Amino acid sequence: MDESGQKKKSLDIINARTDSRDILSHARQQANARDFDDVFIVDIDSHIDDISAWPEIMDFIEDPVIRDAAGSFSGGTKRGAFHNGTPGLQWQNVWGRIPHGQGLKEDVDDKTIPREVTLSRRAMDQMGLDYQVVFPNALLYIGMHPVKEMEIHLAKAYNRWLVEHVLPVDQRVKGLLYLPINSPEAAEETVRKYAGAPGVAGFTITSSRHAPIHSNQYMKLYAMLEEADQALAFHAAPNWEDEYPSQLNRFISVHALTFVLCNLVHLTNWVINGLPERFPKLRTLWIESGLAWLAFITQRLDNEYLMRSSEAPLLKRLPSEYISEMFFTTQPMERTNMNLLEATMDAVNAPTQLVYASDWPHWDFDLPSSVWDLPFLDESAKRNILGYNAANLFNLEVPEKYQKRAHAAE
Amino acid sequence: MREIFVANTDEIEDRERVVIVDGSLEIGVFRLGDDFFAWENNCPHSGGPICQGRIMNRVIENLDENKKSHGFLYVDEDVHIICPWHGFEFNIRTGVHPGDSQAKLNGFDVLVRNGGVYVEIE
Repeated sequence: MDESGQKKKSLDIINARTDSRDILSHARQQANARDFDDVFIVDIDSHIDDISAWPEIMDFIEDPVIRDAAGSFSGGTKRGAFHNGTPGLQWQNVWGRIPHGQGLKEDVDDKTIPREVTLSRRAMDQMGLDYQVVFPNALLYIGMHPVKEMEIHLAKAYNRWLVEHVLPVDQRVKGLLYLPINSPEAAEETVRKYAGAPGVAGFTITSSRHAPIHSNQYMKLYAMLEEADQALAFHAAPNWEDEYPSQLNRFISVHALTFVLCNLVHLTNWVINGLPERFPKLRTLWIESGLAWLAFITQRLDNEYLMRSSEAPLLKRLPSEYISEMFFTTQPMERTNMNLLEATMDAVNAPTQLVYASDWPHWDFDLPSSVWDLPFLDESAKRNILGYNAANLFNLEVPEKYQKRAHAAE
Repeated sequence: MREIFVANTDEIEDRERVVIVDGSLEIGVFRLGDDFFAWENNCPHSGGPICQGRIMNRVIENLDENKKSHGFLYVDEDVHIICPWHGFEFNIRTGVHPGDSQAKLNGFDVLVRNGGVYVEIE
């Protein structure tokens, strides 16, 4: 009871079935305190929920034999059909400590729209987002699928399901469509079919794969993306199977290293082989490797390039100069040492090149406050990172209320 | 300074908690045996609802006298509250993170009087 004799309102324990609006109630408080409803915010990476939708996605497989085979999984439910996920995906919840880390299990009463849209709306409303890009967990690994062509079957099904079934429902939900580059021709067909489609912000290559991205077989794909003015994203994922990571015995180690390792390899190939010189207008985005690796790779490549420039003859500038023109997501932002973080952001031109990503509902998600509360960025840089850089990168329409605000500021 | 009634002592079970709302303030009151502890429901990491998370024992590495590891062990006397957002853990008695003494929960004094549990707030 308080002074008036009334017992105080109490809050429930958060578990795997808690409504995400309750899980994120403090995110709403943060949004209110920072007036985020007056800040244009784009979340370019979330993984809302493809587990429950997976059986539905399987129905979009074109090949009748493979589509039929999906029905043989999980007692005929199609759940998890054809997945090749590593242990990493199942260990995200820190052995039960982070309930939403195993995916959102909450109830959704409205069956008239896709569950993914409802869950995305809940997250957007609580965090104060204007747009949210959704990307499926299950596809993060299929670049390593032992059945190479399975990547094509699953990617085509997912892309069609997303474009036809999800994106039309809410214009705030956007997609970065999956490019099945185990088949360059299938990837090219994906760009040809969906570039400019409503709700499609750009295209993604998942980084967990053994495919040298500088290979000649991909030049047509990159030319098509550049010609179509489409951004190309590389999305990191954990890998416990490769020879070096296989020595790691804890998921913390696997997550810390391999989410970076895959993008280190691909970005190094991208730069050293001169892809930025070959496709100067192709905008690239590197997703979910955090930021700390950029302080390393910019210095490392510059130092070595100056001694071995004959091995990278397409370069006309230092590797770090090309890297500072690429885009990077903020999440998961390493922020235990503000001096190092500030220096890293300076190295990659953060005010114009960083884009906010939540990664919700994964265990290491970041809220917009992770950017807004940084002590060394001015407000203009924060607003760019939270929204305007993504709008430039993906040609997203900035809602009218922010355009009025910008005009007022002028 | 004012007192807020939280619950009767028998309404909070051992190794459990009640999280109350007082205006914009949320406070978790935890019971360990006959002791009560009160912490703000706001994780110092990124503002998560720390007091609404799981309560679990601290985990330690099981080393033998030769420094060889034999996996993990729970420590029954070190009870942690774990933030459901990102997994930050804090000792319920001290409010301190097991690996970073600078990471602390914001605490309140608890009074137990006539079978009732109260917290003192500014």
